[in-house]
Amino acid sequence: MAKLDAEKVNVYYGDHHIIKDVNLSIQENTVTAFIGPSGCGKSTFLRLLNRMNDYIENFKKTGDILIDGGDIYDKKVRVEDLRKRVGMVFQKPNPFPKSIYENVVYGLRIQGIKDKSKLDAVVENSLKKVALWGEVKDKLQQSALALSGGQQQRLCIARTLAVEPTIILMDEPASALDPISSAKIEDLISELKENFTIIIVTHNMQQASRVSDKTAFFYLGELVEFGDTDQIFTKPVKELTQNYITGRFG
Amino acid sequence: MKQKFDINRFKDNMFKYFGLACTLFGLAVLSIFLINILIEGLGRLNWQFFSSLPSRMPEKSGILICLLGSIWIMVLTAIIAVPLGVASGIFLEEYGKKNKIASFIEINISNLAGVPSIIYGLLALEIFVRILGLGKSLLAGSLTLSLLILPIIIVSTREAIKAVPKSIREASYALGGTKWQTIRFQVLPAASGGLLTGVILAISRAVGESAPLIVIGALLYITTIPTSPMDDFAVMPIQIFNWLSRPQKGFIENATAAIIVLLLITFIMNGLAIYLRNRWQKKIKW
Amino acid sequence: MRNKKEKIIETILMLCAAVSVLTTIGILWVLLSESSSFFSKVSLKDFLTDTEWTPLFAEKHFGILPLIAGTMLTTFIAIVIALPTGLSIAIYLNEYAPKKFRKVVKPLLEVLAAIPTVVYGYFALMVVTPFLQKFIPDMAGFNALSPGIVMGIMIIPIISSLSEDALYSVPKALREASYGMGATRLQTAFKVLVPAATSGITVSIILAISRAIGETMIVAIAAGQQPRLTLNPLVPIETITTYIVQVSLGDVVQGSLEYQTIFAAGIALFALTFVLNNISYFIKKKFQEKYE
Ligand SMILES: Nc1ncnc2c1ncn2[C@@H]1O[C@H](COP(=O)(O)OP(=O)(O)O)[C@@H](O)[C@H]1O
Ligand SMILES: [Mg+2]
Repeated sequence: MAKLDAEKVNVYYGDHHIIKDVNLSIQENTVTAFIGPSGCGKSTFLRLLNRMNDYIENFKKTGDILIDGGDIYDKKVRVEDLRKRVGMVFQKPNPFPKSIYENVVYGLRIQGIKDKSKLDAVVENSLKKVALWGEVKDKLQQSALALSGGQQQRLCIARTLAVEPTIILMDEPASALDPISSAKIEDLISELKENFTIIIVTHNMQQASRVSDKTAFFYLGELVEFGDTDQIFTKPVKELTQNYITGRFG
Repeated sequence: MKQKFDINRFKDNMFKYFGLACTLFGLAVLSIFLINILIEGLGRLNWQFFSSLPSRMPEKSGILICLLGSIWIMVLTAIIAVPLGVASGIFLEEYGKKNKIASFIEINISNLAGVPSIIYGLLALEIFVRILGLGKSLLAGSLTLSLLILPIIIVSTREAIKAVPKSIREASYALGGTKWQTIRFQVLPAASGGLLTGVILAISRAVGESAPLIVIGALLYITTIPTSPMDDFAVMPIQIFNWLSRPQKGFIENATAAIIVLLLITFIMNGLAIYLRNRWQKKIKW
Repeated sequence: MRNKKEKIIETILMLCAAVSVLTTIGILWVLLSESSSFFSKVSLKDFLTDTEWTPLFAEKHFGILPLIAGTMLTTFIAIVIALPTGLSIAIYLNEYAPKKFRKVVKPLLEVLAAIPTVVYGYFALMVVTPFLQKFIPDMAGFNALSPGIVMGIMIIPIISSLSEDALYSVPKALREASYGMGATRLQTAFKVLVPAATSGITVSIILAISRAIGETMIVAIAAGQQPRLTLNPLVPIETITTYIVQVSLGDVVQGSLEYQTIFAAGIALFALTFVLNNISYFIKKKFQEKYE
């Protein structure tokens, strides 16, 4: 069974038809890259998967999105529970203006977990997973805003891991970072694949080809082509994909 | 753990209704007050009420003098405060950005904005009424209120100027315009909507103000219509205050009727200001 | 030539701006000079520690405490009403309400702050007091409670609007980060937005307090004119502002000690609000630096 299934999904913002009839199926413990020119709906589609679009006015969706076989837009699903299972990392690092420690335990605190030893363990564990522990273990109580951009983004990933999601959505997570920090994030993604299903939006074609197993090419709200990353980048079926990856537009 | 989430969700929903209730509470109180005023005072609003001088008998009293007084005050205050306030705003926003004098003036203004209105009355009592010898005249009253609303006009002038895009300025400089020409012919016209909004709100504040005027002694029993800025005067809020402090029921009814008129003036001015602001905001989003 | 004209204009503009400075100097000078004559006759110690204020009686006492107590009592009641209501409205409008609702309701609530205060005085005296007397029969016709409540309603929009602005300016990314971790809107509001907007919210509360302290007409109409050192909200009291009005309404001889008392009272009032205004100014400055 697929980890995630989108069936005939359409999205409208008011009269604007943003996502058009998208069908997509994603397997567990894979990395999927969403590529396509800016404004084609990658972020919109990604944010459908943890219902981040819910609070946007005029937002309307048709079709179904299933995770582990369950419709995530079902009335019985609590959006807060869903987001615990489906974590998200944003384009710009967005740590809370709190300490490093408080950032990591935020998700646990809002679940009402107070046990100090448990929280400590989670902090250490999560920061180790993102290779940040060594750099910050002596200043956990300092403000997260004092970290560098790359460190902040890894902290945001650690914060997401602390909640133990099964899927992690990343919206251009390295685009605001310098090349070295960006490479660290890419390494991290390859490691996380062992335990998580990852979907990453990127405008960087090399990045997509380096980190992902599958690639989905979006254009004007349609899913033009979806397949193994190797295949998409070496012998795409559609001419549109060919044109895009060879840089003829976008 | 599941249980915990139930509680959070429950709290979330409860707060939603609580917040809505608070919002509606504000609006409900506003409506109750307005309805109460209309019920109590509407019957008293007739031609006699608008055209009569004050009198010992409530049913013979009217608001002619204080309504004219308020209009006088409105005009004089605008004449004094608008040029002063706009000029100060321009100076602070366009000329004084960096220097120490400007930042000193800025702290000053922010302080003045928070000084209770009655303190302006004490200032005016000493300076305008006594030292300058203006007495309890319309001029003294308008000067007092001008100082009171000056910070409001200055702040809104600055906001309006700030909202004008840089490109307009640069275009004018590129064509050889001087700083003042650029301000006079490009920036001010572009900022006029926001400026006007601030000015109207400030004047509306002045029209409703009474405490400082009581301090300078404007609570007179006047029976002549003011015809020059040096005449004694009364204004609507002070007349209302006066009537409210009389025991006879008839005067209370007069007060409510006068409140209707005063609120009407206030609401028209505020409505106009909001309308202008919306229109202007739409326009500057090129 | 052209340069000279520019210079002249700049000078004129600066002189206009200097009026504000003159106003401040004027206020300080008037208050200090008149009250220095006052303090030459009444000791500062008596002024600050005497528990009675009876300058208009035969047996004169000049203790400002009763007036300060009256001012604080009405202000406290106002804040108790306005703070929870205003902050809840701000959070509701910011987090929960549909955009359209917010767009209509925010200016409507601001109408509350635009109503002339003499009108609120009428409500306090003629509507709220009689209403409360139905439940609290031994409440006096003049009291601190009902003008306090009405003042609270008046300052709700100061807190709700300014706090909402502060919440609104919290970067959207923080809000999304919190949602993304599975937080509810309420948790997001209190754990992320309110802490991030603390300075703006604090400024709004200080401004509201300052406004309540300086409010004159509501208390002058509905709170009475009896200086009294009490915490009982049901009996007539007198605030600093009301005392100034009371003296202004009478025919006190200029230059007399009675006349000078209003300036002494004025200084106490000015000092209270001055401190509050400056605190809020510096919070605001610091906050701006952080985000710009
Ligand atoms: N909140 C919104 N309201 C209306 N239109 C939106 C909103 N967010 C995005 N859009 C529109 O939806 C389209 C897709 O946007 P997005 O998903 O952000 O594209 P991408 O991430 O691929 O660059 C764009 O045309 C954008 O203008
Ligand atoms: Mg995007």
